[in-house]
Amino acid sequence: MQVYRFEADALNALIATLRERGYKVIAPTPMDGAVVLGEITDAGQLPRGYCDEQEKGVYRLKKTDRDAFFDFNVGPRSPKRYLFPTNHVLWRSRQENGRLEIYSESDDEKPFAFLGIRPCEMKAVAVQDRVLSKGPFADRIYSNRRQKALFIPVDCTRAGKTCFCTSMGGGPEATEGYHLALTEVIDENRHFFLARPGEENSVNLLECMQAVPATAEEIKQGRDLIEKTAACMGREVNTAGVAEMLAEYRDHPHWEEIGKRCMNCTNCTMVCPTCFCFEVEDHNDLTGQNTERTRQWDSCFNLSFTYQHGGSVRHTNKARYRQWLTHKFSAWHDQFGESGCVGCGRCITWCPVGIDVTEEIQMFQEKTS
Amino acid sequence: MTKPSLAVWKFASCDGCQLSILDCEDELLAIAGAVDIANFPEASREVKPGPYTVSLVEGSITTPHDRERIQEVRAQSGVLVAIGACATAGGIQALRNFSDVKGFTDAVYASPQYISTLETSTAISDHVKVDFELHGCPIDKYQLIRVLTDLLQGRTPLLPSESVCLDCKRAGVVCVMVTKGEPCLGPVTHTGCNALCPSYNRACFGCFGPKNTPNTTALADRCTENLGLEDEQMIRLFRTFNAGAPAFRTESERYENQNH
Ligand code: SF4
Ligand code: SF4
Ligand code: SF4
Ligand code: SF4
Repeated sequence: MQVYRFEADALNALIATLRERGYKVIAPTPMDGAVVLGEITDAGQLPRGYCDEQEKGVYRLKKTDRDAFFDFNVGPRSPKRYLFPTNHVLWRSRQENGRLEIYSESDDEKPFAFLGIRPCEMKAVAVQDRVLSKGPFADRIYSNRRQKALFIPVDCTRAGKTCFCTSMGGGPEATEGYHLALTEVIDENRHFFLARPGEENSVNLLECMQAVPATAEEIKQGRDLIEKTAACMGREVNTAGVAEMLAEYRDHPHWEEIGKRCMNCTNCTMVCPTCFCFEVEDHNDLTGQNTERTRQWDSCFNLSFTYQHGGSVRHTNKARYRQWLTHKFSAWHDQFGESGCVGCGRCITWCPVGIDVTEEIQMFQEKTS
Repeated sequence: MTKPSLAVWKFASCDGCQLSILDCEDELLAIAGAVDIANFPEASREVKPGPYTVSLVEGSITTPHDRERIQEVRAQSGVLVAIGACATAGGIQALRNFSDVKGFTDAVYASPQYISTLETSTAISDHVKVDFELHGCPIDKYQLIRVLTDLLQGRTPLLPSESVCLDCKRAGVVCVMVTKGEPCLGPVTHTGCNALCPSYNRACFGCFGPKNTPNTTALADRCTENLGLEDEQMIRLFRTFNAGAPAFRTESERYENQNH
C-alpha cells in the first residue's frame, strides 16, 4: 500500500474540498472546556495546541507548547451523535375531515465527512453497523447516513489515562472502514501528515493537498509514534473469561456495592459510542389533529427503560449497573459475536462519580478467582 | 359538547409558574381554543363558578386558612395538577421547616399576634390527592402544554422523571462537573428543563427536585471527597427550591446531623 505525505497546513485545502463536494465536515473542536465533535468550516477550528488530561470523573483541557492539531484523546461526543441522531421525528400524521393522513419524514441531512476521529471511533462505527444496519431490521436513518459518510480518522500518537483500546482488540492505528487514514508527525523541524488511502479509493482527495509519496524515513517516524502510543495505554482489561464470568456471577455481592456508588444518571451510556438504545414517543398538538412520533436516545439506567404494566423490572441501581456492564462485556458477544466495548474510556471519564469499568471488572476477577 | 374548563389557583408562591401560562404566547390562542379558562384571576377578572375539569395549583400550604382552602379546591376539581417546586415540595419557603418559625415571626413583625401561620411549608400532595405533578422553579411551559394536551386527549400525562444528565448529554452539553469540578445536582435531579443551567456552563441547582430513585448520597460523597465541599456547603446545595422534597431533605439532614 502506498503511503503519502502532505504538509500540515494543507488541511485547510482538504476541508475546503470536502465542503465543495457537498459534505458537512465533522471534526474535533474546542468547546466549553473540552474537545468535542462539531461541524467545522476551517482548519482554524481544530484544537491546535490543545491537549486533555483525563481521569475517572475528570477531564481538563490544557494548552500545550506544541503546534499539533491532534494531540488529545476522545471527548464526550462520538460519530454516534451524527449517524444515530439524539432526537428524530419518524413520522407525522394529520386528521382531516375524519381521515387520517400519515407522512413519513425524510432525512435531508447532508452527508458527513468525519475528519480527525480516532481508530476506536472507527471501530465503534463498525460495532454499531452490526447492530443497526446488518441483519433483517436495518435502521433506515442510520444506514442511510452511514452509507453516505466519509471517514478520515487520525491515528493516536498519544494515549489518554482512561484509554484501553489495545485490551479490546483495537489499537491507536486505524485499520478498517476508512477512506483516508492520517498520522500526524511533528518535531522541531517538520509538521506533516502521513496518509493511507482506504479500500474505497480516495486517492483523489490527496490531490488537493498536493500529497506526495512518503519516504521510508517518514513512514518509520509515523510507525514509531503509533507503537509508542500502543505501549502506554492508561488502562488495561484482561478480557479472558470476562464474558463468562459476568454471566455466571449475576448474584455476586459486588453488584450491590457498585449500586451504592452508581447514580443511574445515564452519562456512561450516553457517551458510549456503541450504545444504541432509544425510546419512541407520540405527541399531538392541543387540537388533537396533528401527531408526531419521535425517537430519542434512551439508556438502560433509566427506570422507564424496563417499565411494564405494574412497574419497572430493573428498579434497583444494582440491577441497572449490572445490565450495562454485562451487556457491554458479555451479552453483546451472544447477540453480535463481539464485545460491545472498544476501550475508548469515555464512560470512565464522564461518569460524574468516577466509576471505572476496568476497575470493576478487575474487582470481579479478584473476588471470583 | 361544552369545552373542558380550566382553573388556576394560587397558594404560597411567587406567581412565576402561573406566569409561565401567560408566557405561552404562541400557544395561548390554541389553549383558549381548547379549554374554557374559567377561573384564572391573573389573566382575567371574570371568574366562572366550578366545578372545573382541570385545576392547576401553584404554591405551598403555609397557613391554616390555606389548609382549608385546598380542600375546597380539590372538591371542585376533576383533575388536580400541582405545578412548580412550591406545590410539589413546599418551595424555597420550606426552609422554615428546618427553623424556628415563631422566632422569625417575633423578630420580623411588630405585632406578631396578628400572624397566623403554620410551622411548615408543605406540598399540595401532603393535604389532598394530586393527580399529576409538574416540577420546576418555575415550570417549563412546553411541559405544561404537553400535560394539558394529554389531559384533554384523556391520556395520563407522560413526562420523563429521569436525570437532568440524560437531556444534558442528548443536547451535547459539556459536563461542568467533570470538566470544572462543579457540584452539579443534575445526576439526582428530575429532567424537564432541557439542561438549562449546564447549557449556560453552570451546575444544575436542582430546581426540578429529585428524579426517580435518586442516589443523593453517592453524589454528596463525590462532592465532599473529591470536589472539596464542606458540610455547610452540602447543606446549602440540597436546601434551595426543593429543600422539602424527601430525598433532598434527608441528604441535607445527614450533613446537618453529622451523620455521614
Ligand atoms: S463501555 Fe466505556 S470504554 Fe467501552 S466503548 Fe463504551 S464508553 Fe468506551
Ligand atoms: S448498555 Fe444499556 S443503553 Fe447501552 S446498548 Fe446495552 S442496554 Fe442499551
Ligand atoms: S456508572 Fe456513573 S455515569 Fe453510569 S449511570 Fe452510574 S453514576 Fe452515572
Ligand atoms: S453538567 Fe450536570 S447535568 Fe450535565 S451531565 Fe454533568 S452532572 Fe449531569
